[in-house]
Amino acid sequence: MLVVGVLCFFAGSTLAQDKNPYAGNPKYAQLGEFQFRLNCAFCHGLGAKGGGRGPDLTRAQKRHGSGDADLFRTITEGVPGTAMPPNGSTGQGVGMTDEEIWQVITYIRSVEVKSPAQPMGDAAHGKQLFFGPAACSTCHMVGGKGGRLGPDLTTTGAARNTDYLVESVRNPSRRLAQGVFEAMKEFAQEYETVKVETADGQKFTGVVLNEDSFTLQMMDMREQVHLFDKSQLRSFAESRESLMPVYDAKMLSDKDLQDLIAFLLAAAADSK
Amino acid sequence: MRAAGMKILRVSLVAAMVAFSHLLVAAAAEAQVTAQRLLDSAKEPQNWLMYSGDYSGHRYSTLDQINTSNAGSVVPKWAYQTMAGGKFETTPLVVDGVLYATGQDNRVFALDARTGRPIWQYQRALPGDIRPCCGRINRGVAILGDKVFFGTLDAHVIALDTKTGNVVWDETAFDYRQGYSITLAPLAVKNLVIVGVSGGEYGIRGFIDAYDAATGERKWRFYTVPGPGEPGHETWEGDSWKVGGAPAWMTGTYDPATDTTFWTTGNPSPSNRGAGREGDNLYSNSLLALDPSSGKLKWYFQFTKHDEHDWDATQVPVMIDQGEKHLIAQANRNGFFYVLDRTTGKLEYSTSYAKTTWSNSKDAEGRPAALPTASPTPEGTRVCPGALGATNWMAPTYDPQTQLFYVTAREQCDVFSTAPQPYEAGHAYYGSAYFPNDDAVPFWGALRAIDPATGKIKWEWKHPSPSWSGVLSTAGGLVFTGDAEGNFIALEAATGKALWHFQCGASVYASPMSYAVNGKQYVVIAAGSALFAFGLP
Repeated sequence: MLVVGVLCFFAGSTLAQDKNPYAGNPKYAQLGEFQFRLNCAFCHGLGAKGGGRGPDLTRAQKRHGSGDADLFRTITEGVPGTAMPPNGSTGQGVGMTDEEIWQVITYIRSVEVKSPAQPMGDAAHGKQLFFGPAACSTCHMVGGKGGRLGPDLTTTGAARNTDYLVESVRNPSRRLAQGVFEAMKEFAQEYETVKVETADGQKFTGVVLNEDSFTLQMMDMREQVHLFDKSQLRSFAESRESLMPVYDAKMLSDKDLQDLIAFLLAAAADSK
Repeated sequence: MRAAGMKILRVSLVAAMVAFSHLLVAAAAEAQVTAQRLLDSAKEPQNWLMYSGDYSGHRYSTLDQINTSNAGSVVPKWAYQTMAGGKFETTPLVVDGVLYATGQDNRVFALDARTGRPIWQYQRALPGDIRPCCGRINRGVAILGDKVFFGTLDAHVIALDTKTGNVVWDETAFDYRQGYSITLAPLAVKNLVIVGVSGGEYGIRGFIDAYDAATGERKWRFYTVPGPGEPGHETWEGDSWKVGGAPAWMTGTYDPATDTTFWTTGNPSPSNRGAGREGDNLYSNSLLALDPSSGKLKWYFQFTKHDEHDWDATQVPVMIDQGEKHLIAQANRNGFFYVLDRTTGKLEYSTSYAKTTWSNSKDAEGRPAALPTASPTPEGTRVCPGALGATNWMAPTYDPQTQLFYVTAREQCDVFSTAPQPYEAGHAYYGSAYFPNDDAVPFWGALRAIDPATGKIKWEWKHPSPSWSGVLSTAGGLVFTGDAEGNFIALEAATGKALWHFQCGASVYASPMSYAVNGKQYVVIAAGSALFAFGLP
């Protein structure tokens, strides 16, 4: 009896995780919207359009799988190595039942943009710009090529919405990118700028890799990693003025920016 | 010789047996934590007999072996691993060398307080469909007689045998499937075990319960949302009281002088939507003064009327005596520090201790009055403090030596939105949500030392990001706290100067305590899945 019961349980749960029992039902999509606001919108934004912390979920293509079962798994288990927490863990929200997760998936389906986004730029030209005249690769990597001072942008096209990408280029200090994310910590370390002077007078400028009240881990402009005790430094100053230059329309035309973003989107799609 | 030898042996055996039985009696007598011992907790500073250390809510230890002169040399003495994930929010108790604490997923364990070695371990078999809002957490046990008491994520109250961890009694407080759970450490008063319920995210009807410690029989229940015919019922629109929330999810305090127990309550439900529950919504976000024997309400004070921002008042209410004044203080989640006369419930004063934008005036009683523009809107309204509050459940401390009140503060503003939401039993019921504001400056936190005589902040220790650690003060002139970066820190209580720190490897979501065994002082904090004990080398 026990064995039969266990088998039934697994059979039932497997089935439940493959297929959305509420698919296309507007009533459940609305219930899902409530759950979405509580559990998901903090990072994925109102309307699931993404924000500074999570991807735009109105895109039909999802980086960690676009099928119902994929979404269920992503929500239940989270995405290791990213800020996406498993359902009901320390992350935002109250946690959801399986039923509520399916409601959220129903909601996400209801806001997805069905027709593929218009090709908005020339990805090939964007790639030339990235590794060439725009000099993005001095500090950023895509596909394992480029610099280390700024965030690796290989998957950024999938992880952020277009508005965010535009803002990050035009006004990089507006919202700093997220760096190391610790399991039990609420907020990721951001790419803050730091200037230090050591006790023996050496000066370094770079980005904060991580810090706490007592120590600093930083990378300087020459990609050297330094580990400091704050109390041992002669001076220490952090700033939210990004080390990344502002790419205004003179430095990068609107058209070139579109091409660059098309390249980032294509790179993210290719990276799977 | 032989016979004589046998006789001697027999005599010494008898003597040994007599001595041994005396030892047993002595040990058994010591194991009994009487109600009188709880009242006299100050007489046994080596022990930590309840969640806040004593009935006043001070979270202050009179131990001073670890002090400002030697704090820099403190070292880890032992660690105990639960191996469980999620937030580890417990404050242990220590009685005569045995430490009792709870872990994630309703673990309870007893350890040798010298070494961290387990004596027994218990874990409740929880149903698969429990509805804990904010993690599978628990904050600790209460002790009375030969039992420890704790509440469960499926809303039971359970008594365990202190010697074995065996279940002595198990009472259902409420049906967990409707969103009820218990996360606080109970408070033992007289022969009663007092608990409050969590579940303000699910449209519960909050209550505070008292159970007979010996039998588990429920002696009284105080509903924090009054029913028809009861005073305060008129502060709820229509049937909204039935799902009105007002959970009581943090441990109360007790004043033996007036035989009054003080309990605090959380948000009205749904938390972000006031439409549909017009009125003050008593007794949400309130301090309640109850008769512990009957559960009758003596007086109440509501900090936030008709709350729409999830500003629970569930911070441990701390009793402070200033000359002839018998006060009770709370640094509230809404960003204001309140000092009340604890005999009458009358407000002495209120003043902000963190950034607040929701009020710019006081009402006739001196309580901050809400600006109508602070209410959530469909598009969202930016308000400080944010939904997690200017502080939260992490315990404050009051140090009678410095006469300062120390609290972990959070500087975060949020954008609050509102949307109509139908109530469905057991499902989250917020009436919308909140989002981080778009400010350039990231959120941060601080440990703030407030002078309760004036409300002025004497010093602050800035945390790089908001901390979820409570605070302990000690007669050694120290305050201990943790941070989100994983440090456990000792600060000079008078100045806020950091004297020592230890990296625990995970954000601290717990409130520290201190005890002594064999004349050695320990300070304990939970972080990650480990309990760490520190002492002098």
